[in-house]
Amino acid sequence: MKTEELLDLLSTGDVGVDRTPHSWTIGAAVVIGAVAALIGVAFVLGFRPDLADSRAAGFLVLKLSFTIAVVVLASFLLTKLARPGGERRTRPILIVLPFAVIAALGLVNLSFAPPAHWEAMIVGDQWLECLLSIPLIAIVPFAATIWAVRKGAPTNLRLAGAVAGLFAGGVSAMAYALHCMDDLLPFVTVWYGGTILLCALAGAALGPRLLRW
Amino acid sequence: MISPETELRKLMLASLDGNAVAHRALLSRLSGHLRAYYRSKLARAGRSVGDAEDLVQEAVLAIHLKRHTYDPTEPLTPWVHAIARFKLIDFLRRTRRSTTDLPIDAAEDVTAGDDRSGAESSLDLARLMELLPEKMRCSIVAVKLDGRSVAEAAARCGVSESSVKINIHRGLKRLAASIAKESRA
Repeated sequence: MKTEELLDLLSTGDVGVDRTPHSWTIGAAVVIGAVAALIGVAFVLGFRPDLADSRAAGFLVLKLSFTIAVVVLASFLLTKLARPGGERRTRPILIVLPFAVIAALGLVNLSFAPPAHWEAMIVGDQWLECLLSIPLIAIVPFAATIWAVRKGAPTNLRLAGAVAGLFAGGVSAMAYALHCMDDLLPFVTVWYGGTILLCALAGAALGPRLLRW
Repeated sequence: MISPETELRKLMLASLDGNAVAHRALLSRLSGHLRAYYRSKLARAGRSVGDAEDLVQEAVLAIHLKRHTYDPTEPLTPWVHAIARFKLIDFLRRTRRSTTDLPIDAAEDVTAGDDRSGAESSLDLARLMELLPEKMRCSIVAVKLDGRSVAEAAARCGVSESSVKINIHRGLKRLAASIAKESRA
């Protein structure tokens, strides 16, 4: 086929383009993901009974601040990574920030407690449930995010996949926080932070296959 | 790649607003840049320069299909370069095994490729069109090859005007996918 033929084919007729900003598509994925995760937690696990209690609310605010920070940073990165060359115009390293803050707070928390309590503070009561729930709840938000990124044209598929995973893990952990009764920061650091990172790893592994165009 | 930026960007902005002449000019200019880019990259990678035109067409189609991801406030050249590079890496990866016996001929390929300016790929458009479902092919042939209006195409293909547009969009996407598959060498 002559390249001229292809150019004729592409430039004949209406060449106007849908100019809906791509960030809207990412925004739609954020909403779909968050709603799906909330529904999952509400109907399968149930919200924690002491949501109205002020002590629980304090811890909940901390957990939510961490997970929301991850979600906001990741979705911002995704709007960049979904465009060709976007990986050059952004600093994905920023995403480390919420993890560093929660880990630092967790360490401070540990340092004020006697070493005999450390294991209980880290392991908590529901580590296994947390380890399983967050990646499972993340599946629908992950699918929604991949759909949104595919609408664009990412040129670093591994990184875009990793951030999509991070985003999905963050949304999932945000919803899971409304159920989980383990409130101590060392627990949150290891099990929330750890499972979100697992989601990011899964995203990095799947990205090159799912996002190819 | 610095001097043409202003001019190319102007063409791109006009093309995004639906100016078909600007769109044609833009794709034509870009295919020239892409040809030079792919020839030099393929030669340096020890690959056959003859594959350059397949890549040019693949990249032009990608630029056409993904032009909504260009941010009009940003310079155009880095955006084009990112797509060109992405398609090159993809091509090098999927043809890795089949071309391990080529490097020795590479130097010859450069001289052989340089004087052949006939920009033709190994792809057969008519055959690729055959692979498309009937409704998509009909819409593309009517509007894109025969230059009919969307309304005329709708009447001829027996579908609504909006599905003509959808069929063209999906058809071109399928075409891009089968071009990528065909140039697997």
